[in-house]
Amino acid sequence: MEKPLEIRWHGRGGQGVVTASRILADALLREGKYFQAFPEYGPERMGAPVKAYNRVSDAPIRIHSGVTNPEIVVVVDPTLIGAVDVLEGLAENGTVVANFPGTPKELRDLLHFSGGRVAVVDASLISREILGRVVVNTPILGALCRVLPQVRLESVLEAVRAQFGEKLRAEVVEKNLACLRRAYEEAQIG
Amino acid sequence: MKVMQERVSMGLNGNAAAAHAMRQINPHVVAAYPITPQTDCVERFAEFVSEGLVDTEFVTVESEHSALSACIGAAASGGRVMTATSSQGLALMWEMLYIAASMRLPIVMMVVNRALSGNINIHCDHSDTMGARDAGWIQLFSENAQEVYDNMIQAVRIAEDMRVRLPVMVTQDGFIISHAVERVELLGDEEVKTFVGPYKALYSLLDLQHPVTYGPLDLFDYYFEHKRSQIEAIDNCLPVIEEVGKEFGKLSGRFYGLLEEYRLADAEYAVVVLGSTCGTAKEAVDRLRDRGKKVGLLKIRCFRPFPKEQIIRALAPLKGVAVLDRSVTFGGFGGPVFTEIRSALYDVSPRPLIIDFYYGLGGRDIYVEDIEKAFARIEDVVRVGWVDKHIDYLGLRE
Amino acid sequence: MSRLKTWKELTPGGIICEAGNARTYKTGDWRTERPQVDKAKCINCFFCWAYCPDGSVRVDADKGTMEGFDYDHCKGCGICASVCPKQAITMVPER
Repeated sequence: MEKPLEIRWHGRGGQGVVTASRILADALLREGKYFQAFPEYGPERMGAPVKAYNRVSDAPIRIHSGVTNPEIVVVVDPTLIGAVDVLEGLAENGTVVANFPGTPKELRDLLHFSGGRVAVVDASLISREILGRVVVNTPILGALCRVLPQVRLESVLEAVRAQFGEKLRAEVVEKNLACLRRAYEEAQIG
Repeated sequence: MKVMQERVSMGLNGNAAAAHAMRQINPHVVAAYPITPQTDCVERFAEFVSEGLVDTEFVTVESEHSALSACIGAAASGGRVMTATSSQGLALMWEMLYIAASMRLPIVMMVVNRALSGNINIHCDHSDTMGARDAGWIQLFSENAQEVYDNMIQAVRIAEDMRVRLPVMVTQDGFIISHAVERVELLGDEEVKTFVGPYKALYSLLDLQHPVTYGPLDLFDYYFEHKRSQIEAIDNCLPVIEEVGKEFGKLSGRFYGLLEEYRLADAEYAVVVLGSTCGTAKEAVDRLRDRGKKVGLLKIRCFRPFPKEQIIRALAPLKGVAVLDRSVTFGGFGGPVFTEIRSALYDVSPRPLIIDFYYGLGGRDIYVEDIEKAFARIEDVVRVGWVDKHIDYLGLRE
Repeated sequence: MSRLKTWKELTPGGIICEAGNARTYKTGDWRTERPQVDKAKCINCFFCWAYCPDGSVRVDADKGTMEGFDYDHCKGCGICASVCPKQAITMVPER
């Protein structure tokens, strides 16, 4: 059986990485894929580094171990770069998706990562401009979508709408969707 | 949350899968106390209650002891009753577990497997459920969120079958399943309603035309006979579990037995394991098969009652068996799964060599490579021809 | 006492489904003293009836009279004699 694609999310407690991994799961459901979305649970502390994971496959996923060698890592908070080893276990040809206020080359230099692909987007800036505050988990999904052919932008947008539609005011939901679309457009891959 | 008449695929974690099964079953009474990692299930069910999606009387209680006590009262009064717990909560229910089973009350309880303190730990192992293995409950283990959902629905039918009338625990591994969102195929609400059928009360306390006494004093003149009849009851439910599994399969396309044999037919070596690790073990089996190894998996879905005939049939032809135990019998000769399997194989001749591995305590992760190591060990043991070390460890720092 | 049942003859969970089956269990032979009432002194106050732990004081509800004892179930505890305000009940040894 084909090994499922594995994704690891890095963020800080309160930034919604678990929610982001679940939104991705919902988007994959809409694509007819099989998936897992699970957090790494420990004490839940605002601001502490946290991880979450996804697995993606065309067939039912049987493995229930932790993810040690992801194909993609997503860094939701730029201050984690250098603070935690975001490249741990990532293959040479793996992909890094990061909320980062610079170019792919600058991130590569910072991480000493020469292989695979790097996708960067300044999700903090985008959300500050559109939402008026820093909410990074939805825009980063836009950048991830660019390097994840298993899921279309439309499905991610629908999943975000489903996630927040009942909890947030309609205009706030629309702004979240606008962040996501803009991050999708502005993501630089290199 | 809309009522779902049709079948639907959803992204649900194990807790949510259980809560949706409970919503569709629509029990008369749920009494539960929140405990990590089960909380999510009870919270979601409470939402279904508040949204009016179920008719359930939801009883909030001050402890798990009270939760099961309330369930016992409600079940004896003729209601379809469900609850959920985990770890210390299950331990606190201890004395009531035996009473529920002894009174033959068909309560269905979802248990999220979590390590028992101390030291305090919130992650998965089977010490809670295995500690309750002698309490007289039927115990069904689930490999993934889909099986949690399916087992919950089947559990109602099994518990309430007139040949059974016993409480059932449906277990899932803490966090690994309870908090991992996976694709789950839900049946339509009406389909579930029809499958579980209307509740048939037996000896209801509220039937004033036929007053009954539950749990009278029962001394040396009758207690032993009552236990003997309880032994008969739980042993008799094996065929019922199989029947319900087949019937559920016809409805859903997902068939269930007491065990699941994976690539075992022509195997020489097998691992035996329960719960979420079964999926990981299937990966290990596939990888080793690709390398020409004759290996397979025996997954135990139903641990209580222990399906010994079926287990003997599955394991007797093998050369070697490695049992994986996710809970410890302190001071015992191996874990609960090992001692039971080894005992069942005693009368087989020739019998496979058998070793035990403790693994995954307190949520320690178990990888495909760990299971490959277990296979390598049992192969070595068979090559040498005798077991030099019955009990070993996977994933432990030595 | 009737023959003890085998395990195959029991109700599930040992549930007792015949209401009031304690009546068939004769506790009267536990007695070493029996109560006797002197109806000449009795004022039918029913104290004995109210206090009897075994429901073994017979009364006629229509006439409002105390009618003696149910010796099949009276254990001879003597509470009736103790609470009787007119000392109309005495405990006499069983022979």
